[in-house]
Amino acid sequence: MTDFFLIAIIVLIFLVIFQISKASEYVSVLKGEEKSRKQNNKINGFFMIAFLIAGLIGVWYCNKFYYPKTLFPMGAASAEGKNIDTMLWITILVTGVVFFATQILLFWFSFRYQESDKRKPLYFTHSNKLELLWTGIPAIVLTVLVVFGLKYWFKFTSDAPKGSQLVEITGHQFGWEIRYPGRDGVLGRKNYKLTDAGKGNPLGVDWSDVASHDDIHVPTTMHVVVNKPVKLVINSQDVIHDVGLPYFRMKMDAVPGTPTTLWFTPIYTTEQMKAKTGNPDFTYEIACDQLCGRGHYTMRGVVIVETQEEFDAYMASQKPEYYKAFPDLDPDKIAVKDTTSKSVAQNIKK
Amino acid sequence: MNNDETIHETPLVVHDLGHEAHTHHHKETFITKYVFSQDHKMISKQFLITGIIWAVIGGLFSVIFRLQLGYPDSTFPFLEDIIGHWGKGGKIDPEFYYALVTMHGTILVFFVLTAGLSGTFSNFLIPLQVGARDMASPFLNMLSYWFFFISSVIMFSSLFVQTGPASGGWTIYPPLSALGEASDGAKIGMDLWLASIAMFIISVLLGGLNYISTILNMRTKGMSMTRLPLTIWAFFFTAVLGVLSFPVLLSAVVLLLFDRHLGTSFYLSDIFINGKILPNEGGSPILFQHLFWFLGHPEVYIIALPAMGITSEVISVNSRKPIFGYMAMVGSFFAIATLSFMVWAHHMFVTGMNPFLGSFFVLLTLLIAVPSAIKVFNWLTTLWKGSIRFTPGMLFAIGFVSLFISGGLTGIWLGNSSLDIHLHDTYFVIAHFHLVMGVASMFGMFAGIYHWFPKMYGRYMNNTLAYIHFWITIAGAYCIFWPMHYEGLAGMPRRYYDFSNWESFKMFGGLNEFISIVAMIVFATQILFIINFFHSIFKGRKVTTQNPWGANTLEWTAPIRPGHGNWTAEIPEVYRWAYDYGKDGRDFIPQTEPVGADEHRH
Repeated sequence: MTDFFLIAIIVLIFLVIFQISKASEYVSVLKGEEKSRKQNNKINGFFMIAFLIAGLIGVWYCNKFYYPKTLFPMGAASAEGKNIDTMLWITILVTGVVFFATQILLFWFSFRYQESDKRKPLYFTHSNKLELLWTGIPAIVLTVLVVFGLKYWFKFTSDAPKGSQLVEITGHQFGWEIRYPGRDGVLGRKNYKLTDAGKGNPLGVDWSDVASHDDIHVPTTMHVVVNKPVKLVINSQDVIHDVGLPYFRMKMDAVPGTPTTLWFTPIYTTEQMKAKTGNPDFTYEIACDQLCGRGHYTMRGVVIVETQEEFDAYMASQKPEYYKAFPDLDPDKIAVKDTTSKSVAQNIKK
Repeated sequence: MNNDETIHETPLVVHDLGHEAHTHHHKETFITKYVFSQDHKMISKQFLITGIIWAVIGGLFSVIFRLQLGYPDSTFPFLEDIIGHWGKGGKIDPEFYYALVTMHGTILVFFVLTAGLSGTFSNFLIPLQVGARDMASPFLNMLSYWFFFISSVIMFSSLFVQTGPASGGWTIYPPLSALGEASDGAKIGMDLWLASIAMFIISVLLGGLNYISTILNMRTKGMSMTRLPLTIWAFFFTAVLGVLSFPVLLSAVVLLLFDRHLGTSFYLSDIFINGKILPNEGGSPILFQHLFWFLGHPEVYIIALPAMGITSEVISVNSRKPIFGYMAMVGSFFAIATLSFMVWAHHMFVTGMNPFLGSFFVLLTLLIAVPSAIKVFNWLTTLWKGSIRFTPGMLFAIGFVSLFISGGLTGIWLGNSSLDIHLHDTYFVIAHFHLVMGVASMFGMFAGIYHWFPKMYGRYMNNTLAYIHFWITIAGAYCIFWPMHYEGLAGMPRRYYDFSNWESFKMFGGLNEFISIVAMIVFATQILFIINFFHSIFKGRKVTTQNPWGANTLEWTAPIRPGHGNWTAEIPEVYRWAYDYGKDGRDFIPQTEPVGADEHRH
């Protein structure tokens, strides 16, 4: 019933607006079309300047409310992200000046030069000086932006610094898998045709590569060390995903068949960020930024930034994936088995 | 075409069409006049009305998915009546949410802003403004519309299949779009999408070749290229872009169909999906992105250029002043058209593409800002010291400039690869392209409709409704898209069905609700426009003068309701450019008036 009333009200509003508009048309015909046209012109001219002022106030309010909710008041959480923020401020400055200047001119001219019987329009077809001016200045300003942009771009996309921590992240519908290279610092070879979750090999690791035997695989949560560059090797198992790290200002697609990389240096631990943001639930999240199917919006990962000691302790507590796939070869289990069999033997002796 | 040819050809054409006009009274049936018409004016109206129908559908889809974004925790039982099993319990299914997003993009980009904008106004204005009786090939022109119609029917039918329409985004990146296992939308819905777009490409090519040959070969006597109105220049470059870039999309579509059905591996490699290991090896999904954006970026300008052309014309006419820097405007059209072919990979900075290659795309992308800046400053200077009449067309043209500035400037952010790393695929991108090519081009289209409606139908649209339409729409557009920049700066990703599980993105709930409410109001306002449009076709105030806006261009020398053939007598001859407004103390001097002996030279 309420739906029905709602529709009825909307239709009624439409009818009223429509009838008023029709009536105003008849009135204008009666009043003399030229006269009512000039009246309308004045009204719209006034609206132009009113819209400009309301718009500028709106821009100010919007900034006041929403700027604190963006990531910029507290700065980037990675060393490289700081560069991106600098870049952003330069760009805001340049485009901001142009934005306000041109919008103000546009609406001011519209208001100021509305039709008037007192003024004749100026016949002004071109001016090479002016046109050169507004070809040249944008070209120079843009060159500055390009130079800054490319300087940082080449820095971020160059090889990761020596001694970076290596982590592999693999996307699939709809989640992330993390693999660490273990003590040898080398990730074992993979071949997607070997993928078999039933046999403890969900990533398709080639066990014949010895480097794979100490690799550690965990779902969803990635641990990295603060102030140490980390290099991500990014894979996808099915469709294109994207590793989005808004706090670090980093992003890179995960493309099936083509591994990609990205590196950054986190500068605040998760604990520090909790204090900095005043949010006890704060976590660095990995957001999938490339549409990947119905669960796209749930494809969440977590990065935990911690000190080297905490990281080492965490790694020590993890078991290599190889031993999850082949529990019989697990030295810990073999040791346990040995002790149990010994005790059994002892029992038998007794 | 040299003068001799024109002189010899003109009487022939007149004779031909005199005959046609004769038969017109006796034998023109409903079918040949309104359905399979070869009259460019009727074809343009067909494009326009089909475009309007699509715009309503595409707009409605955005309202439905905005319901989900604005009220992620609520249910809307009435949705179940509209979308059936996709809205069980009044909650939109995520798969269908993505289908809505995909269809909204596809419909608006291709069917509304390509066919509806360029199709309508290229068809309507090219023959009328260059002084031709019809297109170079009226028959191909008719086919162009009917291929668009077939394409529309196929796309529309995909909305009703069991597994739903395509849902991989309007960019249909494989493997998501190539594998039925990856999503429901990649099943039959995707095949229909590809078939529909293939038909659409044929339509664009037929139309485009016609526009180009008409502009190059069928200009009336005296209409040199530099005397063409800027609208025609815009349509010319639009058609060139379309003819050169759409075939590349066709190749991408065909290869994708091969991957889907013939077991090829153009785009597929190393895939393990739903517990199945696929045999495809060696392909690259990035190849598809290159092919797609080789069309995709020129496509942005296929949408924007006609709006720029219309804006230039409407601003000049209603400022009662010549367009400032005509040659610079033509030059910047040329620069934009050329550059638009060399910037496609700026959509792909974070795909793992070679960063060195990326740097060239940064440079070329930011270079586009120069011709765009020239255009904006020239429009501003045209307004300066003018005598502005705020007709509805003029309001929308001014609105176009405002939106083009707002959306264009953020292009400088996104085109710079270092910044793009953070902003890529966030709400910032949504704000950017909706302002600069979505809403702005819609404004160009509205400006064109209001301005040329008297020529199309011999009646005026209601001004009061038009003013309401304009002010609500521009205020609404800014309320919707301006705050989205902030969401984007916070890293909020595009194409998320729900943000409530994300610690990083859940703080914008109130804002999302606000945006959804404004979106609904703006949509309702467009319904007002549509009522005005259709009502005015039949009941609008009649046009009584041949040249209601006091414009210089040739279409206003034709009869108020021109028949097939446009001019009843001979085609008018042109003696000057289209922008002699306010010259030597005269309000306007039509292109058909010979240059006086003592006239001031510019």
